[in-house]
Amino acid sequence: MRETVHNPLFHVVRRGVIPAWRAWLIRGGAILLSLVACGLVTTAVTGENPLAVYVTVFNGSFGTSRKFWTLLQNVAMLLCIALAVTPAFKMRFWNIGGEGQVLMGGLAAAACMICFRNSLPNGAIIALMVVSSILAGAVWGGIPGFFKAKWNTNETLFTLMMNYVATQLVAYFCVVWESPKGSGQIGVINQSTELGWLPVIGGQRYLLNVLVVLAVLAFVYIYLNYTKHGYEISVVGESERTARYVGIKVEKVIIRTMLLSGAICGLAGLLLVGSTNHTLTTTIAAGRGFTAVMVSWLAKFNPIWMVATSFLLVFLERGAGEISTNFGLNQSFSDILTGVILFFIIGSEFFINYRICFRRSTEREG
Amino acid sequence: MFDILSFIPRAIVQGVPLLLGSTGETLTEKSGNLNLGIPGVMYVGAIGGVIGAFFYEQSLPSPEAIVPALAVLIPLLCSLLGSLLMGLLYCFLTVTLRANQNVTGLALTTFGVGIGNFFGGSLIKLAGADVPSLALSATSGYFSKSLPVSSAFGKLFLSYGFLAYLAVIIALAASYILNHTRTGLHLRAVGESPSTADAAGINVNRYKYVATCTGSMIAGLGGLYYVMDYASGVWSNNGFGDRGWLAIALVIFTIWRPNVGVLSSFLFGGLYILHMYIPSGMNLAVKELYKMIPYVVTIVVLIITSMRNKRENQPPAALGLAYFREER
Repeated sequence: MRETVHNPLFHVVRRGVIPAWRAWLIRGGAILLSLVACGLVTTAVTGENPLAVYVTVFNGSFGTSRKFWTLLQNVAMLLCIALAVTPAFKMRFWNIGGEGQVLMGGLAAAACMICFRNSLPNGAIIALMVVSSILAGAVWGGIPGFFKAKWNTNETLFTLMMNYVATQLVAYFCVVWESPKGSGQIGVINQSTELGWLPVIGGQRYLLNVLVVLAVLAFVYIYLNYTKHGYEISVVGESERTARYVGIKVEKVIIRTMLLSGAICGLAGLLLVGSTNHTLTTTIAAGRGFTAVMVSWLAKFNPIWMVATSFLLVFLERGAGEISTNFGLNQSFSDILTGVILFFIIGSEFFINYRICFRRSTEREG
Repeated sequence: MFDILSFIPRAIVQGVPLLLGSTGETLTEKSGNLNLGIPGVMYVGAIGGVIGAFFYEQSLPSPEAIVPALAVLIPLLCSLLGSLLMGLLYCFLTVTLRANQNVTGLALTTFGVGIGNFFGGSLIKLAGADVPSLALSATSGYFSKSLPVSSAFGKLFLSYGFLAYLAVIIALAASYILNHTRTGLHLRAVGESPSTADAAGINVNRYKYVATCTGSMIAGLGGLYYVMDYASGVWSNNGFGDRGWLAIALVIFTIWRPNVGVLSSFLFGGLYILHMYIPSGMNLAVKELYKMIPYVVTIVVLIITSMRNKRENQPPAALGLAYFREER
């Protein structure tokens, strides 16, 4: 009697270690495919020649020097927030509250600019802004961290809710500090005196942000890879039980890392309010708290690769924005394209982590 | 003077989209999928209905030729189809390709909101209106049709469109299925411990797919209700706002129980519009603080349930984790 064994068409096997170059080859392929898909979608909607679409995308970022600086500024801010959430992600703490932490940092900076403009000199205000916005961000990140450490409260949902609490707080102060009265907006803070505006370096408005973020990049890279704290974070992330066994105080690590994560977000808020916009609105973080999650994850939590991934996302977003303007589509078209690209990249991870084995056409007798 | 008789119906109509959204998300989360794409799914559900209604209205030779059954069915089916596709996309990425659920969900939200606003904007352009919104009053009339009663009782209980009652029925049915049927037991097993469920012969992937897609479709109905009934068929970009996230908050607030969701969603609806009813005089700023209440309440519930640490009040144990059989 022959035993009949059901043999599926293919089965999935986890890969062992895959060489880095092959992993990035797969990701690169996914990005290329996603670009083709985006081109097709755009062609379908606008009826334009696909090549013209890609030229437009490119022009969106590199068309003029102003566009290029805007690109750099956006990359820097996104990278900053991604760097902020990364230490938390590395210990498997899903901090999707970057948005709220940035807002709180911005709120603290704006508060210093407004409350002390008549009583303190410029230098003192800036020093206060730096300290208070970093503190505000740290507190906003530390609260979910504290509850996660003490009672294992679900951090994804907690940090998500904290975003909206922060948004409403900012909305409250936007009305309190509104100028002119009745507009519900703060407007440019200290426009005539420029008190509390962070200095402009080398005549480029956004250069300061870029430099600060580069410093943060170096800090986070060293912190995660070459310090005891960074090591503790990776152990906690890989296995909490191991961490406890070797005597790492997991609670302490969680709270400390979230304080740091929030603090860097607060710094991003400071840069956005003190240097980029000179004003505060509820949309100042512009969804970067969420995009940063993807930037960090796509780069496999590696700070150096995050430069590339944040650049890629901003480049595509600005390109898609340019398509919308040039072909008379509305701005949301860029959200659709961003979504399509992300789906491709997210999906490609499967082919890095798993291997598909097809059924052999001729069954071996066994 | 706090006008309770006008407050409660308004709280309820605010609560219905939240109820549908949270029922859908609860089903999804019970299968272990934390679908953060619900806000996007609800947008797609809404725009699906709008597209269906728009082209149906355009195809009519005259406004009088409208057939009530078609006017309801076409938008309904379009909406369900749209949200089903979103659910399938999410499942394909997270279940079949085992991608990270948080990242996929956030991308889905970006994508869905983009789809909603893009097609909404395009339809507005097509309609050639002067205002940046699209009005589908003819079809929407059938969605918001209610019994003609004017007593206080009627106002409180009978003044809503059919989707509102459907929402309550779906929530109660979901609750029954989860707690009193074998399917529900299997579904909960998949969410708590997929490897155990797999060993018991339950098809984990199929349960995840069905629960997530059904959940998406239910949540999509929330978007449909918002635009066709609450907003009387007027689509304006970003009009739906942050209700999707509030629906996710509600899931936590109800500690993963759709039947609790019925009353809690009305409570949330009330909290959402409370700022319009509390006399704050000229102080507009305080209103912004009132809008914070639903989120603060959710955080408090989240903290309390984690502190009390009762086993039946916890999120599904495998929530947010992809399942791969060969990894134990």
